[in-house]
Amino acid sequence: MQLIKDQKIIDNTWQYIADTDELKAGDISVSYARWQNDKQSLSAHDGKLGVRISSEDNVEAIADDLERLQLIELDFPDFADGRLFSQAWLLRGRYDYQGEIRAIGQYIPDQVFYLARVGVNAFCPKLPEELPGIINNLKDFSVKYQSSIN
Amino acid sequence: MYQYTNTDQTLVDERVAQFRRQTEQYLKGELSEDHYRALRLRNGVYIQTHAPLLRVAGPYGLLNSKQVRMLAHIARTYDKSYCHFTTRQNIQFNWPKLEQIPDILAELASVQMHSIQTSGNCMRNTTSDHLAGVCVDEIEDPRPYCEIIRQWTTLHPEFDYLPRKFKIAVSGALHDRAATQFHDVGLHLVKNAEGVVGFKVIVGGGLGRTPIIGQVIKPYLEKKHLLSYLEAVLRIYNLYGRRDNKYKARIKILVKESSLAKFSALVEKEWLLLKDNNELSAERIEAMCAQFIMPAYDGRAAEDQSFAEHQSTNQAFATWVKHNTADHKVSGYRAAFVSLKAPDSPPGDMTDEQLDAVADLADAYSFGEIRATHRQNLILADIKQADLFPLWQKLLELKLATPNIGTATDMICCPGLDFCSLANAGSIGIAKEINEALDDMDYIHDIGDLKINMSGCMNGCAHQSVGHIGILGVDKKGSEWYQLTLGGSSENNAAIGERLGPAVAKDQVTKAVVTILDVYIKQRQEEESFLDMVNRVGITPFKEQVYATH
Repeated sequence: MQLIKDQKIIDNTWQYIADTDELKAGDISVSYARWQNDKQSLSAHDGKLGVRISSEDNVEAIADDLERLQLIELDFPDFADGRLFSQAWLLRGRYDYQGEIRAIGQYIPDQVFYLARVGVNAFCPKLPEELPGIINNLKDFSVKYQSSIN
Repeated sequence: MYQYTNTDQTLVDERVAQFRRQTEQYLKGELSEDHYRALRLRNGVYIQTHAPLLRVAGPYGLLNSKQVRMLAHIARTYDKSYCHFTTRQNIQFNWPKLEQIPDILAELASVQMHSIQTSGNCMRNTTSDHLAGVCVDEIEDPRPYCEIIRQWTTLHPEFDYLPRKFKIAVSGALHDRAATQFHDVGLHLVKNAEGVVGFKVIVGGGLGRTPIIGQVIKPYLEKKHLLSYLEAVLRIYNLYGRRDNKYKARIKILVKESSLAKFSALVEKEWLLLKDNNELSAERIEAMCAQFIMPAYDGRAAEDQSFAEHQSTNQAFATWVKHNTADHKVSGYRAAFVSLKAPDSPPGDMTDEQLDAVADLADAYSFGEIRATHRQNLILADIKQADLFPLWQKLLELKLATPNIGTATDMICCPGLDFCSLANAGSIGIAKEINEALDDMDYIHDIGDLKINMSGCMNGCAHQSVGHIGILGVDKKGSEWYQLTLGGSSENNAAIGERLGPAVAKDQVTKAVVTILDVYIKQRQEEESFLDMVNRVGITPFKEQVYATH
């Protein structure tokens, strides 16, 4: 599957491991709950680690773990749920997270300009045909009124 | 008045291009109904009973003559030759075609106007005192801060998908004409003990289904912290506001359910982490204030004798001056209201011809500026006293001089069942009936200061809960009924009206209002206003008479 990272189309190298599944080799992401429960054992994993968070999760609780995480997936339950915009801002602006922040789930391509401004740098499309639109929409505005992350 | 820079112009032009693309995608079936809905709302486009409705932003109510002529042009070209002024100082078109809205927005952008964030669950048009900059009781002109907030709220990347809509109002005067206690955030310019002007911050007020008076969260905030404090409030609201029930999603419910103390502690913690990196510089404030400098007033305006002469020889003119003009901080000037409450036209509506004519009058007499008020009228804010008589004559010809500002027939009224898909009951028809019943101007003037607000459903667009008399349309088994309240106020003495009793049938509303006014006339004390009397005697004397006659 392809996605957009730093405005370029690339191949996805990450796998999400569901809570009931065994860990696999390679770059993996796990749920926020699994990370909270199995942090110690996960740290021994041979490969990069990521955490998938949703609107209800509190990023402050993983603030101290961010150095060990190369990916944070923001899993939108619904495009109208704007909490993850603030979560992204907190990750970058408050906790100085340097890794990849990836939007996944039910966000819409018309939101990517805002998402990029609050620090999201990767976008996983629902369908491959959305890829060109997402790249295009990242350039919706050439000006801005307020400071944010970007 | 603020003039767009290249940045402002680019932003609105790019927004038009974005919305054009989104609308084309929707019309081609490439964008779902649900997704397009969220996007069009953020561009002021509702789908109503008959057609789309386009709500255009009037930034804190301020318009210039060129912009008003553009509204006339849009009304003529794309609509049925009229538009409607709302209680939030915005302008609505009731009949545009969806496929033409991108063109309308491009026309608006050509005169520095837009419809960005005039609806949807985002930060809305910032409103203010319609007498800002000219009133006699002003601590400081709020408009530069309104413009700073307008820019900060516009396309804010983090806060465009809030739990619910979010409205900010700013007042700079002693008398609150901006209903700041009924906004999600209300800001009052105040002086601290050292005489330095800052903001009193009020949070969690609102009207609609659950009217709540806002509470002071910060008695004094230095100006430089304005945006960081707003950011903290918005971030806490965005993260913690309820999203499970849209009727409980406004910030007022979060503040109420968590308590002001807890909400305020969360905001304070967030703000302390932000404030030092987000200061509003003194240079930025100064530069913005320079956009709102006083116009070139005539220092000899007060020497004119004709104004007094016309008043003594022309009773109708004197009456208009008394009711439809307000004191001005510059001697020899007054602010003149343009009444959009003529007895035979829907409250707040204006035709293309009236719009063009008012733009001409603004150019001739008021430095080319026009303001929209919260009570759906306009103001020409800087009229030399010698010009009031010719202005009045022209307004008379235009049917814009009904001397009823602040009186019983200066009703606030939503579009109601005639246009709105949410409404349970009609409101324009009732307004017309009340107007017909109160057709004696002397009687209306005798009643004096009275605010009648009427909404066609409990969403409360016409702010009925803060009307001295509130009228709320409700649906009772398929027929239109009306709930009356008394004693509401959106000013300094903020209050939510008390329910008079059971709802009355449609054909009894006017009779009930007339009865209420009769009780007031008979039982008032000397110089006592309607609201003062309600506050003194309560609702019982009114209730007895209204329900006795039914």
